[in-house]
Amino acid sequence: MTIGLGHYLSVAAILFTIGIFGIFLNRKNVIIILMSVELILLAVNINMVAFSTHLGDLVGQVFALIVLTVAAAEAAIGLAILVVFFRNRGSIAVEDINIMKG
Amino acid sequence: MTNAVELPLLYPAMPEIVLAVGAMVLVLIGAFRGDRSTGAVGGFAVMLLIAAGVLVALMPSETVTTFGGSFVVDSFARFFKLLVLIGSATAVLMSTDFLSTEDRRKFEYPVLIVLSTTGMLMLVSAADLIALYLGLELMSLALYVVAAIDRDRIKSTEAGLKYFVLGALSSGMLLYGASLIYGSTGSVTFAGIAQGAAAGGVGLTFGLVFLLAGLCFKISAVPFHMWTPDVYEGAPTPITAFFAAAPKVAAIAVFVRVTMTAFPTVGPQWQQIVVFVSIASMALGSFAAIGQTNIKRLMAYSSIGHVGFALVGLAAGTVEGVQGVMIYMAIYLAMTLGTFAVIIAMKREEGPVEEIADLAGLARTKPGVAFVLGMMLFSLAGIPPLAGFFAKFYVFLAAVNAGLYVLAVIGVVTSVVGAYYYLAIVKVMYFDEPAPALSPMRGELGLVLAVTGLFVILFFVYPAPLVNAAAAAAKSLF
Repeated sequence: MTIGLGHYLSVAAILFTIGIFGIFLNRKNVIIILMSVELILLAVNINMVAFSTHLGDLVGQVFALIVLTVAAAEAAIGLAILVVFFRNRGSIAVEDINIMKG
Repeated sequence: MTNAVELPLLYPAMPEIVLAVGAMVLVLIGAFRGDRSTGAVGGFAVMLLIAAGVLVALMPSETVTTFGGSFVVDSFARFFKLLVLIGSATAVLMSTDFLSTEDRRKFEYPVLIVLSTTGMLMLVSAADLIALYLGLELMSLALYVVAAIDRDRIKSTEAGLKYFVLGALSSGMLLYGASLIYGSTGSVTFAGIAQGAAAGGVGLTFGLVFLLAGLCFKISAVPFHMWTPDVYEGAPTPITAFFAAAPKVAAIAVFVRVTMTAFPTVGPQWQQIVVFVSIASMALGSFAAIGQTNIKRLMAYSSIGHVGFALVGLAAGTVEGVQGVMIYMAIYLAMTLGTFAVIIAMKREEGPVEEIADLAGLARTKPGVAFVLGMMLFSLAGIPPLAGFFAKFYVFLAAVNAGLYVLAVIGVVTSVVGAYYYLAIVKVMYFDEPAPALSPMRGELGLVLAVTGLFVILFFVYPAPLVNAAAAAAKSLF
C-alpha cells in the first residue's frame, strides 16, 4: 500500500479534531489547552507540507515554517499570561477561570 | 552583477516600516530610562501613529502591489488604515491618565499598541494568506498581552488568559482553513485562490468555513463572541476602548477583502454564512445587552450587535454594500471612541467605577457631558439625524437593493430592540436620583468627546467627504 495524500490529510484531520476536543472537553488544566492548540497547529503543518508535495509547490512549506515560528511566540506569550494569572489566582484549573460570568 | 538580488518596492509599506522601527526605538528608550519614561513613550507613540497616518494619506491613489504580490495598497486599504491609525492614536491619548497612576506606569503599553497597530496595517493590506496570518498574529499577540497588562489585578489577567485561549483556537481554525484552501486551489494569493476557486469542491467549502470562523472570532461575531464580554469587562477601561475600536475595524477590513477578492466566484456559499452570522449577531447584541448592569459589558454586547449590522452590507456583496460597511465602520469608530471617553472618565476619589447606576443624575452634575453621551447613545441606537442612523441606512439600503429583504427587516427590528437599552442609560442619566458626583473629566478625554460628538451630531450637514471616499475605496476592490 502506498501512502498517498489522503492518508496525510486523514492524520491531520484526526489531530485537528483531537485538538478541538482537547480544548472543549478538558475541565482540568490550562496547560492541556496550550497542548491542544499546539496539536491544532501541528495538524495544519502536516496539511501544508502534504499539499505542498502533492502540488509540487514550495509555498506550502514556507507557510509551514512561518506557522512554526509564530506558534513558538504564541506559546511563550500564553505561558507568560498563565504565570501572571497563577500568581493572582493560585490555581490554573479551567473551572477556576470564573471571576467574570454572564 | 547579473545575479543582483532585486529589492521589492518598499515605499508602499512605508507606514508599517515607520511604525515597526519606531516601536523598536520606543523599546530602547523604555529599557534605558525605565518606567519613568512612560509618559514620554506614550507621547512618542501618538506622534508615530500620526506620522504613519500622514504617510498613508500622502500615498498616491493608484493600486500598488509589492513583496511578490502579497502586499497591496489600494484606496480600500488606505481608507481602513486611516481609521485604524485614528483609533489607535486616540486610544493611546485616552490612556494618559491610566498610565500616570503609580502602579500602572508601564512603558510597554504604548509600545505594544504600536506593534499591534503595525499588525493591523499589515492585515488591511494583506493580499495572500501568509501575509494575512502574519498580520493577524502580530495584532493578536500584542492584544493578549495588553489585555493582561494590569498584572496584579485578577480580572485583567483572567481577561488576558481567556482572550489568549480563544484567540489561539481561532488562529488554529483559520490556519486549518487556509491549508485546505491552499490544497484545493494550489495558491495562497487571493488572486490565485479566486482563479482556483471557480472549480469549487468539498475541500474549498470546508476551508472557506474554517477561514471565516477564524475571522468571525476576531470581529467577535456570534457564534464566536463568547470572549468579548469577559475581555471587555476584565481589561482596564482605556484598553477596552482600544479593543472596541481599531482591531475590530482592521478585522472587518480583512473580512471584506478576503470574501470579495479571494472568493468572488463562490459568492452564494459565503453569503449564506455571512447572512446567518449577521442575523445572529444583531439579535444577540440587542437582547443580551438588556440585562447588563456593567457598562463595559453592555458596550461589548453593543459592539457584537454593530458587527452584525456592518455584515449586513457585506452580505449584499455589491460595491454599494462594501461602501456601506466602510461608512459603518468609520461612524462606529467615532461613536465608540466618544462613548468610551466618558466611560474612562467614570471615576471617583476611590478609583474607577463602571456600573450604569454610577451615571445616575449625570445631567445635573455634568450637563455637557451628559448631553454629548446622550447623543452618542441615540446615535448608537440609530436615531436620525445622528451619524449612526446614516451608517445603518447605507447598509440596509445595500441589502434591500441586493434583494435581501428578510435580512434588512430583521436588522431594523433588532435595532429597535437595541434602542431600549441605550435609552435606558439616557433615562438613568436624566431622570434618576443623582449618584455621588464623578471626578472632573481630564482635558484629553474632553477633547475626544467634543470632536467625536461634533462628528456624530453634525454628520448629516456635510456627509459627502466620507461617503465619496468610501465609494471610491469600495470600487478599488472590484
